[in-house]
Amino acid sequence: MRGRVGTRTLVAVGLLVSLLLAAVVSLWAATTPDGLEHVAGQLGFADTEAEHGAAGSPFADYGTAGLPEGWSEAVAGTVGVVVTGLLAFGLAWLLRRRGSGVAARTED
Amino acid sequence: MPDGFLDLTTSVATGVVAAGAVGLALRRARTELDDRTAPLAGLTAVFVFAGQMINFPVGAGTSGHLMGGALAALLVGPWTALLCLSVVLLVQALLFADGGLTALGTNITLMGVAAVAAAWGVTRLLQVLLPRRRSVLPAVAAVAGLVSVPAAALVFVGLFAVGGQAPVDLGTLVTVMTGWHLVIGIGEGVITALVVSSVLAVRPDLVHAARRYRRAEDQQLQLRSGSSAEVGA
Repeated sequence: MRGRVGTRTLVAVGLLVSLLLAAVVSLWAATTPDGLEHVAGQLGFADTEAEHGAAGSPFADYGTAGLPEGWSEAVAGTVGVVVTGLLAFGLAWLLRRRGSGVAARTED
Repeated sequence: MPDGFLDLTTSVATGVVAAGAVGLALRRARTELDDRTAPLAGLTAVFVFAGQMINFPVGAGTSGHLMGGALAALLVGPWTALLCLSVVLLVQALLFADGGLTALGTNITLMGVAAVAAAWGVTRLLQVLLPRRRSVLPAVAAVAGLVSVPAAALVFVGLFAVGGQAPVDLGTLVTVMTGWHLVIGIGEGVITALVVSSVLAVRPDLVHAARRYRRAEDQQLQLRSGSSAEVGA
């Protein structure tokens, strides 16, 4: 396994790509309804959608309350990446078995 | 899925299913997570969150986006995948008001349980049928991604048949849901294959679906001896 990318490098690059997607590329994402929303509109059950319980969140609908367009979405995407990361890395770290088990010999 | 599409009974039932599945996954994920693989699990959840924000057009005023169940299952294993998707769906619902609060259980059932189970089932089936080589994994990932999206859509149709809040012809619902989600599934398959290939290229030892090839390829390495060994990996 010599010459392979280290775990830290992989995670750093992966996080950077995710941040670019969530905070920058997302500004150009399609805004048309997704598959389920489209079908709901087509078959007439879209109006059974209820008001969202968290509609008052400062980041509702991937925007940031009080910020101009562009910055609003970029900040919301960044916050999402950070919060998801804290929860997911934290949970994985808590649940993991100690020691690297079967593949100890392939450590980087 | 937002609040309101399904009645309370169905929402509670899927909530119970989701809670049970997450509870089981919290125990089983231990078999998939160790000091080496835990960081990839965190990264997978973050990437799925980001990927779900990128809607791509699929024609006629409709878009699709990554669901991520297949990607997570192949990279970090099905139980950890369920936890990754649950974290993503929780953050989307609470922070971004995307995906209902009473619908959280339904969304975990659809994307964390149904999509992941379909993807992992397809993965194991293809791994039995195809040659025992790591190089088949991108193709396996593509098919798993493709199948996982209409599978989740069909489970939604089943739930809607039981607890839908509007009178809709179920035959039509099956047809249009499957149709659109097959097209979206193509995107899912392409993204899943690309990302799995990328991780395989740099760290094949971290990819959960590649675990079963390790022993076989190690034996081949020993048989072949030395210089050409890395080529086969």
